[in-house]
Amino acid sequence: MDINVFLEVTAKLLDGFLVTVQIFGLTLLFALPLGLIFSFASMSRFTPLKLLMKVFVWIIRGSPLMLQLIIVYYGPGLLASAMARAGNFNIIYDIAEYLNSFSPLTATVVAFSINYACYFSEIFRGGIESIPRGQYEAGQVLGMTRTQIFFRVILLQVVKRILPPMSNEIITLVKDTSLARIITCYEIIYMGESFTKSAGLVWPLFYTGAFYLVFCGVLTLLFGFLEKKLDYFKS
Amino acid sequence: MSTLEVKNLEKSFGKTEVLKDISFSVEKGEVISILGSSGSGKTTLLRCLNFLETPNAGEILVNGNKIFSANDKRLSDEEIRQRRLNFGLVFQQFNLFPQYTVLGNLTLAAKLKVKDDRQKAFAEIEEKALDILHSVGLYEKKDHYPCQLSGGQQQRVAIARALMLSPEILCFDEPTSALDPELTGEVLAVIKSLAARKMTMIIVTHEMAFAREVSDRIIFMDGGVIAACGTPDEIFSGNGGDRINKFISAMSNK
Repeated sequence: MDINVFLEVTAKLLDGFLVTVQIFGLTLLFALPLGLIFSFASMSRFTPLKLLMKVFVWIIRGSPLMLQLIIVYYGPGLLASAMARAGNFNIIYDIAEYLNSFSPLTATVVAFSINYACYFSEIFRGGIESIPRGQYEAGQVLGMTRTQIFFRVILLQVVKRILPPMSNEIITLVKDTSLARIITCYEIIYMGESFTKSAGLVWPLFYTGAFYLVFCGVLTLLFGFLEKKLDYFKS
Repeated sequence: MSTLEVKNLEKSFGKTEVLKDISFSVEKGEVISILGSSGSGKTTLLRCLNFLETPNAGEILVNGNKIFSANDKRLSDEEIRQRRLNFGLVFQQFNLFPQYTVLGNLTLAAKLKVKDDRQKAFAEIEEKALDILHSVGLYEKKDHYPCQLSGGQQQRVAIARALMLSPEILCFDEPTSALDPELTGEVLAVIKSLAARKMTMIIVTHEMAFAREVSDRIIFMDGGVIAACGTPDEIFSGNGGDRINKFISAMSNK
């Protein structure tokens, strides 16, 4: 094999890998806080909100992420043109037009963030509900506010408990980024495939696997480190 | 004026009446033990005092100030936070915060209440915490985490934590029930030392001998009412009625 071809392929795949890392990082950035908000909504004492959240989570978890990507990317454009044909240029048209202007990367991050926030929210809910009521009550009788109790007492215990299931989800996310290629996001699999189409080379596609393995390996080490870090207390 | 006055307190969960017309008072420095079989409403009574449950009827007065009345409008969260600090509560399961050291457990809530001049205030809080730890014999354990302590030590830390906010009345909810028998002694010793220092205390317990020794008065609860109230001698004399005698002999034989 020509070393120059190998280097060229590597450089191209690295470009794609950067996009993969961007999808991954941005999705986590948005999905983690959004998931927390979703989990609060699904535990809300206000029943309509709780039911709405449950239905939403059902829809998101019950349909393929690939389909959600397609809907987020193509849906607004289809809606906008249908409305334009009908002569409806109202606020919904404006919103649809705005969403339609999203780049493939933005659309991917939007769809991924919502999808992952739903999965995260269930993990968070499980974690939060597993903390004994006595922890809240101990904070209460010491005159702490609900917010103080959550952030100072509960949260770290939740983090410790949900680390293993979260590491599972997050490692799944690494590989789910490859779905973004169907809406022409130039992530690493897309780049690998491009060599098949342009030069008839299949091995670059196999080669992408090495990038995923290294990335997931680093994440596994990181989660192992975090778990060790939180080993100093038992919950 | 009594330190604590409870008037006609009632509490039900759904259709179950757990407390029925409970009235009693506690004088300053007095130690009251509450005895009774499980389900008699002892724990619910403590939880009402600490605002963990809201009574359906009745009033609670501390030093003559009405801090709760079922007839008044609902208290805001802030008012509840202020008023519940009249009481401290030591739980059966300790409920220490696992991710904080012993010292951290003691200082956390107090530090969160500091508004300004943090450096000076924090130093004072830590000094107070160390003093209290000393008095419960756990000064050396100040940097340990709860999981590194025995049950008895954890409960002593929980007592120290409750003392940090200088409550008017310290409540104990079966403080030794979750402990191995050989560990109850150290916890009871701490409670006795508090009694010697004239701490006002309400203790829900199943330790008959201890209740008899440490209490100024004993309240015997049965089916949500105060079935008897008197000095330990009166309660344990055998003249308190069949129900009490049966309970006492059953508990003492354990």
